[in-house]
Amino acid sequence: MNFTMPELTPALPEIFLLAALSVILIVDLFVADPKRFATFLLTQASLLVCAIITIMNASGKVVHTFDNMYVSDMMTAVLKVGVYVCVFMLLIYSRRYIESRELCKGEFYTLSLFATLGMMVMISANSFLTLYLGLELMSLSLYAMVALQRDSHVATEAAMKYFVLGALASGLLLYGMSMLYGATGSLDINRVLEAIKSGQANPDVLVFGIVFVVAGLGFKLGAVPFHMWVPDVYHGAPTAVTLFIGSAPKLAAFAFVLRILSGGLQPLVHDWSQMLEILAVLSMAIGNITAIAQANIKRMLAYSTISHMGFLLLGILSGNVNGYSSAMFYVLIYALMTLGGFGMVMLMSREGFEADKIDDFKGLNARSPWNAFVMLLLMFSMAGIPPTVGFYAKFSVLQAALNSGHVWLVVAAVLFSLIGSFYYLRIVKLMYFDAPIIDAPIIANQDARILLGINGIAMLLLGILPQSLMALCAQSIQSSFSGF
Amino acid sequence: MILGIPLLSLVIWLPIVAGVAVLATGGDRNANLARMIALVGSVLGFIVAIPIYTGFNALQGGMQFTELQPWVERFHVNYHLGVDGISLWLVLLNCFTTPLVVIAGWKVIEKKVAQYMAAFLIMSGIVNGVFMALDALLFYVFWEAMLIPMFIIIGVWGGPNRVYAAIKFFLYTLLGSLLMLVALIYLYHQSGSFSILDYYKLPLSMAAQVLIFLAFFVAFAVKVPMWPVHTWLPDAHVEAPTGGSVVLAAIMLKVGAYGFLRFSLPIAPDASHALSGFMITLSLIAVVYIGLVALVQSDMKKLIAYSSISHMGFVTLGIFIFNAIGTEGAIVQMISHGLVSGAMFLCVGVLYDRLHSRQIADYGGVANKMPMFAAFFMLFSMANSGLPGTSGFAGEFMVILGAMKANFWLAFAAASTLVFGAAYTLWMYKRVIFGAVANSHVSELMDINSREFLFLAILAVGVLGMGLYPLPVANIMHASVNDLLLHVAQSKLQ
Repeated sequence: MNFTMPELTPALPEIFLLAALSVILIVDLFVADPKRFATFLLTQASLLVCAIITIMNASGKVVHTFDNMYVSDMMTAVLKVGVYVCVFMLLIYSRRYIESRELCKGEFYTLSLFATLGMMVMISANSFLTLYLGLELMSLSLYAMVALQRDSHVATEAAMKYFVLGALASGLLLYGMSMLYGATGSLDINRVLEAIKSGQANPDVLVFGIVFVVAGLGFKLGAVPFHMWVPDVYHGAPTAVTLFIGSAPKLAAFAFVLRILSGGLQPLVHDWSQMLEILAVLSMAIGNITAIAQANIKRMLAYSTISHMGFLLLGILSGNVNGYSSAMFYVLIYALMTLGGFGMVMLMSREGFEADKIDDFKGLNARSPWNAFVMLLLMFSMAGIPPTVGFYAKFSVLQAALNSGHVWLVVAAVLFSLIGSFYYLRIVKLMYFDAPIIDAPIIANQDARILLGINGIAMLLLGILPQSLMALCAQSIQSSFSGF
Repeated sequence: MILGIPLLSLVIWLPIVAGVAVLATGGDRNANLARMIALVGSVLGFIVAIPIYTGFNALQGGMQFTELQPWVERFHVNYHLGVDGISLWLVLLNCFTTPLVVIAGWKVIEKKVAQYMAAFLIMSGIVNGVFMALDALLFYVFWEAMLIPMFIIIGVWGGPNRVYAAIKFFLYTLLGSLLMLVALIYLYHQSGSFSILDYYKLPLSMAAQVLIFLAFFVAFAVKVPMWPVHTWLPDAHVEAPTGGSVVLAAIMLKVGAYGFLRFSLPIAPDASHALSGFMITLSLIAVVYIGLVALVQSDMKKLIAYSSISHMGFVTLGIFIFNAIGTEGAIVQMISHGLVSGAMFLCVGVLYDRLHSRQIADYGGVANKMPMFAAFFMLFSMANSGLPGTSGFAGEFMVILGAMKANFWLAFAAASTLVFGAAYTLWMYKRVIFGAVANSHVSELMDINSREFLFLAILAVGVLGMGLYPLPVANIMHASVNDLLLHVAQSKLQ
């Protein structure tokens, strides 16, 4: 049997990150500075280099390697850059937070990079095995990050819950994948697709497999009825980690869903899109209605995430290129909004004070008009009010769903987003209409403050000029899924 | 475009840029600077709008001064602007009102001055965008964006129950807008574009037209507001600061009626005809029933708010009788109502700034202490009750004439507003202004100062001018209204 060396260039970003990670792991042992500034810088630098490699590598062509287990195309490039940007930003946002809570150990940075590596593998995976590998690498790093605050029983409980439910979801997913493997005889997504197209696969086994796969994906996305872990984990985890869980992994999960459902199982679109319809409506309903009752902003944003996932599914279940590119736009914008939202929570917190009650936002306009304005933009963007970009995110998935004939689903979606706008408005109300209850000045690193400002203004600028990002999403989905 | 300057864009963006500049002045230490920039910005905003009027060709239907730029190519959305004889007046009214609001809030607003002024300037630009947008998505973006500054205005500078009013206002209007969005997306998929003018030619089945009409109806009826979705208005009006009430009454209510003219009628003409009975009934309920409700109010602002709803019932009535004089009457009524209700709210604001009460019972005999103010208030009250010679008369008379053409009893019911309008307005006027000085607070009242005189006098000139010589107003909209009625008369069924 001949061994041929696989083509390594498409996987260059992953290879580089792994190498950089190992270096950081060793270098960190010799960092004496309790603030670990060197580790922080190295981490950010390696993310930047990764971004450069990914962009240089992107060619618009679909390249397979490692015997078809790995793919690199425009969609992977865009989503990976999205992940780097998310991680880069959140590390800046959380630097002060982790310093003041004794979380600032080398592990925080290395685990972040391991999770990033896992997400990159997920995004580029083209086989059930690679997908699962990436998913587990990401999840295990995240479980550990949630538990990083060892003396906090809330965080420990959250980590336990996250781990048990995450493992259950992985189990469901694996079981579903094994069914698909049984029916098609392959783990390679392209071959799975061919087998289904040829009509030789047993449809009953396939649909049975899809049910488990969708359930597993539902867990990972946090869609109702598989959402129970989301509020508790978001609430219990340190805010820096919550931000991590809430932002970049959703990009990876999106790629994951798209590869399996739209890549491998496209001919069965009718079956899985019906399942997603139920998940979407329930997520939007439960997410938006339950969020109203929350007094803790992290829990509120958790339920808001659930409802956003409902909207994301709305794009995916349209089952065509238009829907996928809308969903991709949605998930990118969602990640940006979440970064800003939790970034603001971290900005307002200080030693011994988490700023995670929504009442902590009272009178922010009187204390700091600029931060209040940034938060206002973020909240209106999450609610989907123009001229912020959240409107275009919602608009594009709605038009995709309407185009594929889901009229009542769209009407339900707009009504739930009306309900949802209430709790975002309430934050604006607290910031602008109420008197402050805390007078302490907001202390934050200058870089975090500036970046957060850019983050907020980006909501407005992207909302006024959404074309380039939308076109990028449309183009990358087109080049990745044009075969269908 | 004139001389290569995109005039309409200038009218939209100049106030917004001025608003951002006002915001940049920061805290209340620079309050005077903020006021000055706001005044200059709003006056410039009005000045740049004048060439639209002078350069407008009244003989031509269609859109003028059009601007077309690709905006979001992925969905074929264009930055497409234009004005016709209908929107022209509403743009002018809006640009005219903004400086008055700035002047009215000059001394009264003491906290967060920059934010207050900026909110009004930005809103002024956005509302201009609503009236000028010829692309449905661009329209929608402006339409919704309008909510944000108004929400802040009511909630930050409003009365005691402001938070409730602000949230009610926002959610109520958002509900309507979202259904409109669904209708717009549907139209996009049918026609492949977001151009409003393309929708005019798009054939649609009756079922589709009815659904589209209803989706638009919810959006626009809430804004007008029509009975029974009017309940947000008295709350919002009463709690808003004076400037907010003025903008709500003079401008915000007009966007709903404008929506009917720009969207519902030409896009779904068959459904409009089929449902005109329904619309006329709602309008008459607003005219008669809300007129009676206004009669029993004890709060001046609430009374004027209900009177606004009643007057807007007249506007929707004029629109849905589908003849030229009725439609033109409706538009004249919109402009007139913009001037008159704005003036009424400013008058109440003048009293409120002195005694901090809006209750009719707290006043009495004000004429003894504020003769100049009493004269202005008299003029505006007369205009509000539709006295000939004031602008209030012109519009109402035209609508009644139009209604008479359609059906005598319709005109009869509509004309009752002349009685109710006179009753509630003049009765309030009598209780507040005439009689003996009611209490020690009233006896300490000072007459209006020069700043207040300025904005009341400007409005008085407008109200009288339009009442004595309404012809130019009606002339400019002739061609556009005929165009519109042509669209409405053509069936889109195949």
